[in-house]
Amino acid sequence: MKKKQRESLPPVWPEVLRRIRPHAGWVTLSLFCALVSSVGLLLVPIYCGEAVDAMLGGKGSVDFDVVSRMAVAIGTVTALCALAQWVLSACNNRVAFLVSQEIRDEAIRKIQRLPLSWLDTHPVGDLVSRVIADVETLSDGLLLGFAQFFTGIVTIIGTLVMMFRLSPPVTLAVAVLTPLSMLVAGFIAKRSAKWFHQQSAVRGEETAYINEMIDGQRVVQAFGREAASQADFDEVNDRLAEASLKATFFSSLVNPSTRLVNNLVYAAVAVAGALLAIGRSDAMSVGSLSAFLAYASQYAKPFNEISGVVTELQNAFACARRTFGLLEVQDQVPDAPDALDSLEAKGAIRLWDVSFRYVPERPLIEDFSLEVRPGQRIAIVGPTGCGKTTLINLLMRFYDVNAGEIAVDGHETRTLTRHALRVNWGMVLQDTWLRAGTIRENIAFGKPDATEEEIIAAAKAADIHSFIRRLPQGYDTVITEAGEGISQGQKQLLCIARVMLCLPPMLILDEATSSIDTRTEIRIQAAFKRMMEGRTSFIVAHRLSTIREADVILVMRDGHIVEQGSHESLMAQDGFYAKLYNSQFAA
Amino acid sequence: MKYLLRALKAYRLQSFLAPLLKMAEATFDLLVPMVVAAIVNRGINTGDTSYVWRMGGLLLLMALVGLGFAVTAQYFAARAAIGSASSLRAQLFRHIQRLGWGEADTLGTSTLITRMTSDVNQVQSGVNMFLRLLLRSPFVVIGAFVCAFLIDAKISLIFAAAILGMALIVGTIMVITAPRYRRIQGQLDQVTGATRENLSGVRVIRAFGMEDRETERFHSLNSILARHQRQVGRISALMNPLTLVVVNLGVIFVLQAGARAVDEGPLLSGEIIALVNYMNQILVELVKMAQTIVTLSRALASLKRMEQVLDTEPQMAFPEEGALPDATAPAVVFDHVSICYPDAGAESLTDISFRVKSGQTVGVIGSTGSGKSSLVHLIPRFYDATDGKVSLFGHPATEYSRVSLREMTGIVPQRAQLFAGTIRSNLLWGNEDADETALWAALKAAQAADFVRERPLGLNDPVEQGGRNLSGGQRQRLTIARALVRKPAILILDDSASALDYATDAALRKALRSLDWPVTVFIVSQRTASIRHADLILVLDDGRLVGSGTHEELLQTCPVYREIHESQYQKGDARA
Repeated sequence: MKKKQRESLPPVWPEVLRRIRPHAGWVTLSLFCALVSSVGLLLVPIYCGEAVDAMLGGKGSVDFDVVSRMAVAIGTVTALCALAQWVLSACNNRVAFLVSQEIRDEAIRKIQRLPLSWLDTHPVGDLVSRVIADVETLSDGLLLGFAQFFTGIVTIIGTLVMMFRLSPPVTLAVAVLTPLSMLVAGFIAKRSAKWFHQQSAVRGEETAYINEMIDGQRVVQAFGREAASQADFDEVNDRLAEASLKATFFSSLVNPSTRLVNNLVYAAVAVAGALLAIGRSDAMSVGSLSAFLAYASQYAKPFNEISGVVTELQNAFACARRTFGLLEVQDQVPDAPDALDSLEAKGAIRLWDVSFRYVPERPLIEDFSLEVRPGQRIAIVGPTGCGKTTLINLLMRFYDVNAGEIAVDGHETRTLTRHALRVNWGMVLQDTWLRAGTIRENIAFGKPDATEEEIIAAAKAADIHSFIRRLPQGYDTVITEAGEGISQGQKQLLCIARVMLCLPPMLILDEATSSIDTRTEIRIQAAFKRMMEGRTSFIVAHRLSTIREADVILVMRDGHIVEQGSHESLMAQDGFYAKLYNSQFAA
Repeated sequence: MKYLLRALKAYRLQSFLAPLLKMAEATFDLLVPMVVAAIVNRGINTGDTSYVWRMGGLLLLMALVGLGFAVTAQYFAARAAIGSASSLRAQLFRHIQRLGWGEADTLGTSTLITRMTSDVNQVQSGVNMFLRLLLRSPFVVIGAFVCAFLIDAKISLIFAAAILGMALIVGTIMVITAPRYRRIQGQLDQVTGATRENLSGVRVIRAFGMEDRETERFHSLNSILARHQRQVGRISALMNPLTLVVVNLGVIFVLQAGARAVDEGPLLSGEIIALVNYMNQILVELVKMAQTIVTLSRALASLKRMEQVLDTEPQMAFPEEGALPDATAPAVVFDHVSICYPDAGAESLTDISFRVKSGQTVGVIGSTGSGKSSLVHLIPRFYDATDGKVSLFGHPATEYSRVSLREMTGIVPQRAQLFAGTIRSNLLWGNEDADETALWAALKAAQAADFVRERPLGLNDPVEQGGRNLSGGQRQRLTIARALVRKPAILILDDSASALDYATDAALRKALRSLDWPVTVFIVSQRTASIRHADLILVLDDGRLVGSGTHEELLQTCPVYREIHESQYQKGDARA
């Protein structure tokens, strides 16, 4: 089972072990308890056997003394075993859940450090399932693994030892038959691994489909596509059912098959034991036979369990591999060790010969240079795909330039920590991201310790205060994931309020007012103007009325600045800008 | 439970036979100690070797037949469990699709996804375990008791007490853990939600430098989850040791009582072995049952969460046989329409009345939050008016079937959402039967023909999930084309040109005016330029209709409209 994986990928278990190591104390305690409980459980049949032997004389000759001594012994051992079992489970629980908690925490820390270029190319749904579902499977596997793997092995060895003490020849019969059980289990596990693999692949496919369709439910309904998407879903769902059936059925064969072997062993023990007892009663007493039979029936259980654990662990490690894959992605280029970690920027920005491409073979921004004085309003216009949003990705250092440099107040941005750079920027994007939470939490996102007055002032400046007040719960209204009851424009206003509260020295508005009506927008612009007095701002917009008042308008086309100047001077040039501007009046 | 039972009905035979076969298998297990007792009492005591061999052969035969039963039972159980889970999943999917816009939003996207995936899986393994073990285990337990009773009625009382004690322990633990497992699934939803937020909001989080705080926030949700899990784990962990205690107490009493009975005569020593064997069988079964019960508690918690979705009834009913549209009647009539969303403090639209003739173009304008989207969402009946009546082509919207209503209307939503597939597969959403020419005509009208032609595979170029590989403007144009492919009688553009530059927007509007089928167009927009040539312009302010008429009329009569217009064309601009 392991061999196939080793061919292509390194094994996962060293990585899993590394994460368990900090909890070694608990694991040791758990192993100790497993030892205690397994050995204890093995003693019980011996005591029972002795008690039975004490009754062998039949009517009138039972040795009550021995029987009660054995009863006390069984009681004591049971109490010890029970305690050990509980501690064992509690330790396993603790380790499994803490390890999965730590992996999840690490995953989130990782996500904060991953380069955006990686995140932008991986679907959110898949990453979520690596952090949630896959870790859950791993922790289930660990729980079961700890609980049964070690106990199982101890029990098998212990049983063999005990049986050997009772009768070597019968033990031999058992020992010969056992590998059979392992063989059968191994054979089945190998077969079912294939189906498990297929099951999880189809399951992933189905989850992706569900994700997409639930997310796009409104469009599905608007186009009356319910039946069609149901048909697509049914197709995947049927395939999943088929793979699941095979995986479940094949893996469930392990149990009855090993039980068959177990029953064979049992029959063999009964016959061999009885024949021995008939031949020479000193070779095997009836009491030992009873103990022997108890062992024989106990003996196969750990085999069953271990084979079950193997299946479970196969699955758990397959999932862990996906999660560890996320944790092993190369971080973004770390901040330089001597990077400046705080900066109060005035807002002078210089771009020098900047070049950037998302994919090496497709040039986007080439030899781009620009000088911005503190307090200037820069508007960027141009057709879709000309590189406006990319420029913002570079200014915020979401992506690093391929060549050239960008400097803020004379500091090349790579000599600053990302944090120091970014807190100097306020950013409002067209894609309005709000968190599931109250409106208050959302506005105070960038400044969690803001006072009520500050929050209300920001909301007023963003012209959203009166709307919030009219909501039934006011600032405590909870915004759901889908942000229902709030229009796109209102979401943009909330995002603006969020930035207004922080009042950074530099501002980026990327189509930030595209869904806001022009009257509100004018009021917001005025508020920005007031608040941004002496602050630098970049505005990307299609709506030309938004950008007319900018100090400098950059007209971009195919990653280059084709025109540059004020509205009036650009109109006078009668070039690309004038053509764009005039097109809005064409009917 | 009713949904699960209904789903299991299709697998009636399997669900019935699986436990039955398991019981048959268990019967053999129960007979084994009897056979062994016979070996001891008759074989050993009389020294009858051939009897021992015969009984050994019997044990072998029983094992083989037992295997046959077990394998068949496993197959039936797997079939029933997977079949019913699969049909529950399909049912959930169908149900979620039928939910109204409001209902689905109230439940939330990520919990709907967890319920369709992880919760259904839990139920599936629960059913499988239930069919395989939970009937077998009580049967073995009770069977062992009956056998003990046959051997010695008085000693069997010890069995009864042990079984009763176990039932009590298992029941109590189940009652205590069930709500806790539900709470864990709920907390898992939260951790899932936080993970999604950290991924979807990565730009905003980094822009505000809030990585540490978000990590901290996630950590605290995550710790709560782990704490809940550990707590419930500690309680569930009591099951095995308590079982052990009860059963071994039973063994002790059996030995004591047995010793007395043997001493007095009626009981044979072989029978003591059988009794202890039965006690041990009970132990094995109870341990299995305890594990099953943990799985079952989780499955029950998940089942409840699934049922909660299925119990959310769609508010809206559509007639099966709908009215037929009357082409000569006005396309859209609003008659004193108001709408108030559930949980909203105030009406979103108040007393709106207007009438649109077929073939007209209607502009809808107003400030952010004035109710523009709410108004157009009433036309395809995404919501129902709380007051008043919306009529389309001579009949109230509520009299049309779902299909004919959706076929009549084509909507381009604010959020440009595409689906994984190809450009072609996305366009075919509008109309399955559209041919190549129709698709290109729609793309051309939507100003998307050029960029589609430039894609390496043209119409067959792949679209990634959510259309991530296309720009905002390209997505928007494709969603417009998708609606046009349908050739709807009523076309609704809900502020769906916001990512288009002015030149493209103007060309789009021009193309919409020359479509080759009779179409009534609603254009929701922020820009007066986009709607100034409309036959009718509706001006909304705070949910009320404050003006309706043509551009020229409204400039004269409607101060709100004038203000909007002037904010875009500053006074004195020669072009205004």
